[in-house]
This record gives sequence, structure tokens and C-alpha cells, in this order.
Amino acid sequence: MARIQNLKFAHRLFMRAYRYRSFDWSPGAHFNKALSESKFVLVTTAALYLPEQPPFSHDVRGGDCSFRELPGNVDVNQLNIAHRSSAFDQTGARKDRNLVFPLDRFRELVAQRTLGTLNHRHFSFMGSITAPGRLISETAPAVTQLLQEDQVDAAFLVPV
Amino acid sequence: MCNQSVGLIASVIEKAGIPTVGLSLLREVTERVKPPRTLFVPFRLGYPLGEPDRPDLQHRIIEAALKLLHASGSLPILNDFTP
Repeated sequence: MARIQNLKFAHRLFMRAYRYRSFDWSPGAHFNKALSESKFVLVTTAALYLPEQPPFSHDVRGGDCSFRELPGNVDVNQLNIAHRSSAFDQTGARKDRNLVFPLDRFRELVAQRTLGTLNHRHFSFMGSITAPGRLISETAPAVTQLLQEDQVDAAFLVPV
Repeated sequence: MCNQSVGLIASVIEKAGIPTVGLSLLREVTERVKPPRTLFVPFRLGYPLGEPDRPDLQHRIIEAALKLLHASGSLPILNDFTP
């Protein structure tokens, strides 16, 4: 189990002192459809990107809050990983991208008719963002607008 | 910081009327960010779906998380996954 007290010293110090941000989402959206009739999108913060896309930057102060669109028919193990955080072990994700972006599992759920459909695109961020102002005001709203255009019914989000 | 980022992205999407559910690897962080629906998973950082090449385990985690979409009671919800 991951706990702040078990992280590396530098991460622990930072995360103890850090003032976490929140964003008022109230009153919350009501999910009133059957899973088997719903369209899902995946959002990962594992910094996955296609070989032909630019990698996430490790040089942006406060963290690169840009995102990459991942096509729904992507072969997940062809995705590159650009994560800058040294707080976690990437060995598992390099072996099986579903560990951080479980698209194959969701495809299986659709094939079993547990879920309705998957969106034709999914989204990847690099989660190590210490100054999330632009994430909240620009890039997360940009993804949200695309999800509204796509008429997605629910989003499934995965950190690393 | 991934757990804060996921919580913030979920909050922004939810505010626009699209229901969200996320995983968390750091309960202490998610308790502060307070996104709408979260399944806390007891794995190390980098392993949110448990283990690589374990579709059975990955499916159980996804199923437990998706159940939160229909959970009754007030939001936010932060439930624990029991392996």
C-alpha cells in the first residue's frame, strides 16, 4: 500500500508541506444509465503518448499540464511513457500498459456486453503537476469539452 | 502528484455534468482533493491496476470502481478495494 510516510525522503517532505488543491464539482453528476448502455472514456495520468506525438516535457515549471489524445483502436503496448516522476516504479507499466491504462480490459467488458461502448478517443496527462492552475483552467476543461462533443456517459480515471 | 491531478481532472469533468470515477493510490491525497467517486487501491505507486498481466485482478478492480457510479448516498465517495 502506498503511503506518504513510505515515499522517498524528498517526496515525503514535499508532499507533507504541499497545499493540495481541490475544485468544486458540486452538486455532482447523476449516473442514471445502465453500464451496458453507456459510453466510457479512459483518462490516465501515466504520461502515455503515441510514438508520433511529442513526449511530455520534463522542463515546464510546475509540470506539463498538456494532454495527448489516444485513438480508441490503439495497441496499448505501443504507447510510450514519458513520466518524469521518480516516486514510482515504472517496471510494471512498461511490461503491461493496462496496469495504468486498462483499455484492453474495457474492450473485454464491451465484448462481454457489461459496458455499452468505448469512446473513439481516450486521454493521457502527465500527472506530476505541482502547479495545477492551468490544468484546472485550461487543459482539463479542453478535454471536458471534447467529452461533451463525444457524448460520453462516464469517465474512468487512473493515476500512477 | 498523480493522485491530485486525477482528482482535479475528475472534478472538472464532473462539474460539466459527466459522471466520473477514479482510482487512488494515496488515500491521504484524495481525502484532501475530494473528487466525487474514488476507489482506493492498496498497491504501490505505479501499480493502480494491481499487477501487470493479471487481467483477473484488473477486472475486479475495474468492476469495483464502476459500481461506485451507481452507489447511493452522498458524494464524495472514497471506498476501499479489498483484493
